[in-house]
Amino acid sequence: MRTKIEIENVSKSFSAGKASLKVIDGVDFQVGDGEFVAIVGPSGCGKSTLMNLVAGFIRPDSGSIRIDGVARNGPSARGILISQHGSVFPWLTVRENLEFGLNGRPETDKAGIADHYAGIVGLKGFEHSYPHELSGGMLKRAELARALAVKPDILYMDEPFSALDALMSLRIRNELLRILGEEKHTVMLITHDVEEAIHLADRVLVLGQRPTRIQAQFDVDLPHPRRLTSPEAQALRAAVLRELGVQE
Amino acid sequence: MLPSLAVIALLLAVWWASVATTGSVIFPTPWEVVTGTGQLVRDGSLWLHIGSSLLRVATGFLLAVVIAVPLGLWLGWVRGAYITLNPLFQILRPISPIAWIPIAILWFGVGNASPVFLIFISSVFPMIVQTITGVHTIEKRYLRAAANFGVSRYRLFRQVVIPAVLPQIVVGMRIGLGVAWLVVVAAEMIALRSGLGFLIMDSRNAGNRYDLVIAGMIIIGLIGLLLDGCMRMLEGHRLVRWRYAH
Repeated sequence: MRTKIEIENVSKSFSAGKASLKVIDGVDFQVGDGEFVAIVGPSGCGKSTLMNLVAGFIRPDSGSIRIDGVARNGPSARGILISQHGSVFPWLTVRENLEFGLNGRPETDKAGIADHYAGIVGLKGFEHSYPHELSGGMLKRAELARALAVKPDILYMDEPFSALDALMSLRIRNELLRILGEEKHTVMLITHDVEEAIHLADRVLVLGQRPTRIQAQFDVDLPHPRRLTSPEAQALRAAVLRELGVQE
Repeated sequence: MLPSLAVIALLLAVWWASVATTGSVIFPTPWEVVTGTGQLVRDGSLWLHIGSSLLRVATGFLLAVVIAVPLGLWLGWVRGAYITLNPLFQILRPISPIAWIPIAILWFGVGNASPVFLIFISSVFPMIVQTITGVHTIEKRYLRAAANFGVSRYRLFRQVVIPAVLPQIVVGMRIGLGVAWLVVVAAEMIALRSGLGFLIMDSRNAGNRYDLVIAGMIIIGLIGLLLDGCMRMLEGHRLVRWRYAH
């Protein structure tokens, strides 16, 4: 597998007044092309900071981040971030949102692409709705569709489903897997939900307490569709939780 | 609705009773106000006054919108411009438009330009301030998403910044129009030969016609209510409704 994302000895501190708070302390890992990597860690450990670094929204103090061998230099449409709070523009309709990233294409093409992806995530018939007319789950689908529409190499997902109820979260996870089966993307997922990580990812990285670094990693060698109740999945879950300092 | 009508009816009754019991010859009864208004309607002067006042407000207010919105967007977006110019605006803003009357007369004489200038001055600052606030309060996640998709500056403004700020601009316009309507009447009291402010002062000066003074006041109030109603309808517009729909 070709390497897509290469993180080498990355550190980041934030200054609050005179004090400097080290959040990330020498993180190293790689993500292969088309691989799905989940990163779990205790809350406040700097997961989101790590994501913002990789997605290019902030710069590391030291170390290097390379995408396809090229040093990261600001955000780009080749890697789209989907965050917990969502960023579907409330003043645009679903279709307008989906068309947003499609620069420099004829209008008819854009509408076609937008409607195609609205269909893929199950938002057919809602193209002309405004976000405030949608439920939380539909809003997430719209956000996912908007990201997919620009055909990004990488999806950065920062606790994307944590604001949804358990049932809706499970549903959307299944749909995400179905979509990823059709269109291959490299995915980096940040989550605090170990089960979600095991459900979705090829590999799970565990971050330690702040200042954080990679503490352990687990390969999830289970075929899809995965049964989270299987003994293997349960054993893996227990192992990851142990790493996080939780005994069952 | 019904309780408010009852309060107004009660007020009218108290007014009528006090004029009747005191036997005042100057202060009119509500009925005299009605007949006075009828007179103004018949000789056509009422429409002339209303038209003049509205035209002045429209001119000054639209001029203010055209200046305030782009200026506010620029000041909100460019930090250096904001730091440089905001203190000046904060000093100018609390000066009552009435205080500008002597300067307006000095610069623009007693024609239409003076009240238009005063309306402009009074409504431009609230709209600038609201627009700046609008830009400053755009949620970062939306700007971040726009940056992520790598859109052009034009698109960023057209599809993110301006729509995000629009609800605040509408609020600013509502405040601005309210102030403008307050000010036009005051400005017309000073000089000129038409307008509702003129009607009030002229009615008093030309023979203590207090029925027309009060008629003018009530009409000003009703038109102000109507203008505010129009701005409220603007808040229900498709483009800004998202802001209130939660």
